[in-house]
Amino acid sequence: MSVLESMRGFMRRDQVFDFLVPVVPPDLDLTHGVILYLENLNVSFDGFKAINDLNLYIDDGELRCIIGPNGAGKTTMMDIITGKTRPDSGSAWFGQEINLLAMDEPEIAAAGIGRKFQKPTVFEHHRVIDNLELAMAGDKRVWPTLGARLNSEERDRLAEVLQIIGLGDQAKHLAGSLSHGQKQWLEIGMLLMQNPRLLLVDEPAAGMTHQEMDRTAELLTSLAGDHSVVVVEHDMDFVRSIAGKVTVLHQGSVLAEGTMDEIQNNQQVIEVYLGE
Amino acid sequence: MIILRYLKKDTGGMITLSLLALITVIVPICNLLVPETSGLHVSTFTMTLLGKYLCYGLLAIAVDLVWGYLGILSLGHGAFFALGGYAMGMYLMRQIGSRGVYGNPLLPDFMVFLNWQHLPWFWHGFQWFWFAMLMVILVPGLLAAIFGWFAFRSRVTGVYLSIMTQALTYALLLAFYRNEMGFGGNNGLTDFKDILGFSLQTDATRAGLFIASALALGFGYLSCLYITRSRLGKLCTAIRDQEDRVRFIGYRVENIKLWIFTFSAILAGIAGALYVPQVGIINPNEFSPLASIEMVVWVAVGGRATLYGAVAGALLVNYAKSYLTVAMPDAWLFALGSLFVLVTLLLPRGITGLLRKKEASR
Amino acid sequence: MILLSSRWRSCLLCFLTIMSLVSFGVAPCPASEDTTLFEQGAHQLVHGNFRQKEAAIAKINATNDPRAEKLLRALLGGKLYRVKKDNNLVYITKKGSRVSITDVLSGKELGTVKKRTLKKITINNKLRSKLREELALLALRSPDPDKRLAAVNKLMSSLSPESAKILEKLITTETNSKVRQGLLTARAIANLRDTDDAKRLQALTELQGNLNPAVKNELTRLLGEEKNKDVRQKAEAVLSSIESKIAFYGLVEKIFFGLSLGSVLVLAAIGLAITFGVIGVINMAHGELIMLGAYTTYVIQQLMPNSIGLALLLAIPAAFVISGLAGILIERTVIRFLYGRPLETLLATFGISLILQQSVRTIFSPLNRSVATPAWMSGSLQLNPVLSLTINRLTILVFALLVFAGLYMLLKKSSLGLQVRAVAQNRSMARAMGIRAAKVDALTFGLGSGIAGIAGVALSQLTNVGPNLGQSYIIDSFMVVVFGGVGNLWGTLVGGLTLGVANKFLEPWTGAVLAKILILVFIILFIQKRPQGLFPQKGRAGAAS
Repeated sequence: MSVLESMRGFMRRDQVFDFLVPVVPPDLDLTHGVILYLENLNVSFDGFKAINDLNLYIDDGELRCIIGPNGAGKTTMMDIITGKTRPDSGSAWFGQEINLLAMDEPEIAAAGIGRKFQKPTVFEHHRVIDNLELAMAGDKRVWPTLGARLNSEERDRLAEVLQIIGLGDQAKHLAGSLSHGQKQWLEIGMLLMQNPRLLLVDEPAAGMTHQEMDRTAELLTSLAGDHSVVVVEHDMDFVRSIAGKVTVLHQGSVLAEGTMDEIQNNQQVIEVYLGE
Repeated sequence: MIILRYLKKDTGGMITLSLLALITVIVPICNLLVPETSGLHVSTFTMTLLGKYLCYGLLAIAVDLVWGYLGILSLGHGAFFALGGYAMGMYLMRQIGSRGVYGNPLLPDFMVFLNWQHLPWFWHGFQWFWFAMLMVILVPGLLAAIFGWFAFRSRVTGVYLSIMTQALTYALLLAFYRNEMGFGGNNGLTDFKDILGFSLQTDATRAGLFIASALALGFGYLSCLYITRSRLGKLCTAIRDQEDRVRFIGYRVENIKLWIFTFSAILAGIAGALYVPQVGIINPNEFSPLASIEMVVWVAVGGRATLYGAVAGALLVNYAKSYLTVAMPDAWLFALGSLFVLVTLLLPRGITGLLRKKEASR
Repeated sequence: MILLSSRWRSCLLCFLTIMSLVSFGVAPCPASEDTTLFEQGAHQLVHGNFRQKEAAIAKINATNDPRAEKLLRALLGGKLYRVKKDNNLVYITKKGSRVSITDVLSGKELGTVKKRTLKKITINNKLRSKLREELALLALRSPDPDKRLAAVNKLMSSLSPESAKILEKLITTETNSKVRQGLLTARAIANLRDTDDAKRLQALTELQGNLNPAVKNELTRLLGEEKNKDVRQKAEAVLSSIESKIAFYGLVEKIFFGLSLGSVLVLAAIGLAITFGVIGVINMAHGELIMLGAYTTYVIQQLMPNSIGLALLLAIPAAFVISGLAGILIERTVIRFLYGRPLETLLATFGISLILQQSVRTIFSPLNRSVATPAWMSGSLQLNPVLSLTINRLTILVFALLVFAGLYMLLKKSSLGLQVRAVAQNRSMARAMGIRAAKVDALTFGLGSGIAGIAGVALSQLTNVGPNLGQSYIIDSFMVVVFGGVGNLWGTLVGGLTLGVANKFLEPWTGAVLAKILILVFIILFIQKRPQGLFPQKGRAGAAS
């Protein structure tokens, strides 16, 4: 009987095999105002606990700075959120509905999380504008990409982002010829082209002059609100210049959370940073 | 048309395609219409040799597409080339019919020799040209797709992938050497008589095959040009340079690699199919790792990531090979080996890279 | 060394001869009674009919006369004639149209005569088989235990119940344990053909677990015609126990062959594992460095043709040095400029491999050369009638393990090893600590290449040495490295041995070529599941961008 029924399932024209149905991740649900939930995360490499029972919540539209000494687990945390590393245990949710641990990198990117690497990674053999075009949100399957042409709306968006990151004059230059700071901006611009809801920005100020740093701070603060921005940074001045809320990671878990002033007066944080 | 716009920006490609168009017209005319006594006569031997080079050119484009643009160093493209060749060879074998040495109307000579009674199942259908042509595309394409699906999904990259492709062609080499496989063992398939009813011995058929090779090269060139200039093509070079970044901006890198790799394998298969009737034989040596790696050298010499460079490299290296293997047989491997070392050390962008540098400095 | 061993061996032979003479209780010169019996027998051969001839043969053989064997052999070979004139027995040897004859009794040469003056001593088929049996029995009394053993084994297939009695007598006098064992087996087989059920049952008990191939044949024959139920049952039980034993030893042998192949793979791969693990480049010329090692062995043997054993031992350090230097040269002139560009390194080293191959082809000719195997490595270790391990494979297995152990100690304990591991784990950090990474790279490359040379010495003992020797090993070696986990010596060992054994187990099912293909496919699939190999190097370094 059941065999017959499953056979009948084959015959139905309105149904196709499960694997033929594209998996559409549920829409981002922000009913509780929280965009990212990381709960009880654990990761260890060869017995070394890189992430140790980490709990972290990011609000919608928030600008959050994450600081911590080397090996505190900042980059590993980003790896987990973007699907590069799988945790040993714990959960990671994007909004209410999207389980990040069940998705791989492109899916997570498509769901609306953009990531800037610690080392600026742009496509150096492409022009700045091509870099942005490639990152642009849209149908990213193979065949549509083959025939893709820019329409006027998309051109406007490109120009807009070029304006935001201040590379309008360098649009036709090869990305490889940009300065270190400009590459950082280009990478942030590429994130923006993806229209993400959550931006993960790893050490955006590294290798920048003070002027560049100020501009970057300005850029990131302006992004917050429309987007949630998580910044991992070493440079305290930079953090002070942008931060609303700061989280201190230490040995893979959250040590303290609060405004910059609170953090600076926190006895534990001082111990960690200045040594026992 | 968009392809013309792309071509306008590709000076080297324009030159290459113009030259190609020129010889496509002139060589057959000089062969068929100019009398042999004339100085302008092109011998059938030369025309066939040129046709062979054109097949190599197409093969070089296929290798360049995956190596130069996508960053996958395939040391197994000879396998796709040979599979295409075998598919064509099987059609040509079936065309022989009862004209073979043993006169068996159904079985090719080598099967009669091995005392086989029945045609193996995979030889059925090859009596039809359309079926054989379908297989020329399907067999290399499917092999590439299956291999690529496994390899790219698990993110095997770099030298691992290269050695895997080499292992692939090596495994096929071993398999095709076996008589039991039913592809003629180490003698391969040969003694072809005619194609689509035209005798392979006549100059006119040879000229036809030459024109077909030239057209295939032209078609391959334009299609690769279209791919590489499209957003997908830009993505390919992006993958070559920063694979992770591409993944994090939301592309399925494995799918892109899979499609490009498969397309490249199909091009290689077509090149093989055109190559076989011109040289008159296909045997397992085409699967040897050395053959595959030679193709890479063509591209390296010509300059990777430029399509015309790949074609130029294929022609140059093969001309040198034809010359040296006759003039100084021992010297050829020395020359080839040195070419590997010198090009990688001194000319990482090949000859065309050298030309472009001069252009830029001017 | 060789001289010594041959002298020692001849001493042993002397000793054994004396021993056997004493044990047989046969005087060096035949008794006069035997002499007359021999002559009587010879007379009977000339004059008798076939039945009388048969008796004569038995009589002659029973005499222990030293002339007996020659006579019987000549009779069997149709070389025994009588002179028509005086009926003397003679041996003939052809000389042109005439034949020269030798007197059987006196052994005197009688010059050449026309063939028609002679008459052949004829025999029939029955006599022929009788002669063979008698000759075998004769050989059983040979003073050389090896000959006796061979005779016993030959006898196994043509035993009759009557043979049992003769064997019985021989058993009581035999001192060599192997021969004695053979005689016991032969007696039991002879008894199996007896009509007495009890005797057959007894024989079956004796044959329990006997691995001699003749026993299995005999049991199969017995089961085909045996009527007695008890004997049948017992025979079946004995046969099945023998068969399972044979199957077990077959398994052992297969594992041995697999380990042997695996040890070769380990030798070939371990150098690659070092260079690939530490420097991160694939040296496609690795196979050719193996080939260089093999040719070094060949050359050294050519230089000292009288002591190939010593040459082989000398070849080990020589091959290490030559291949090692070649490796360092390659590293300094080519690879060093290509660090960080692994694909280019692959191409450049492939070019080097072509150059090396062609050089060898030009210098030594494209033909294969064979390297002699010294006496102490040839032959095989016969553990029992169905299991023998060839000594050269055994030696190479041990040698591979020694090389592995040596290399492991070197990397674990020496300061070079420490530096190598430091560079492998974190190049820039190691450099900051004052390690000269460039020097370490060169030395590591030299070390890996040197090991390849040593592998070549070992390979020269298994296959012919030719320009293509190395080519076939590069893919296999790489598979081993990938399978075992890059930069992990243990992984290479386990991976190599596993692949070797797997290959040998697949072979009988699928044939050698298909087995190889299956292994390749398996590894391709394996990498899907575990891209880092069997023993991955875990940690953040592996995952960091």
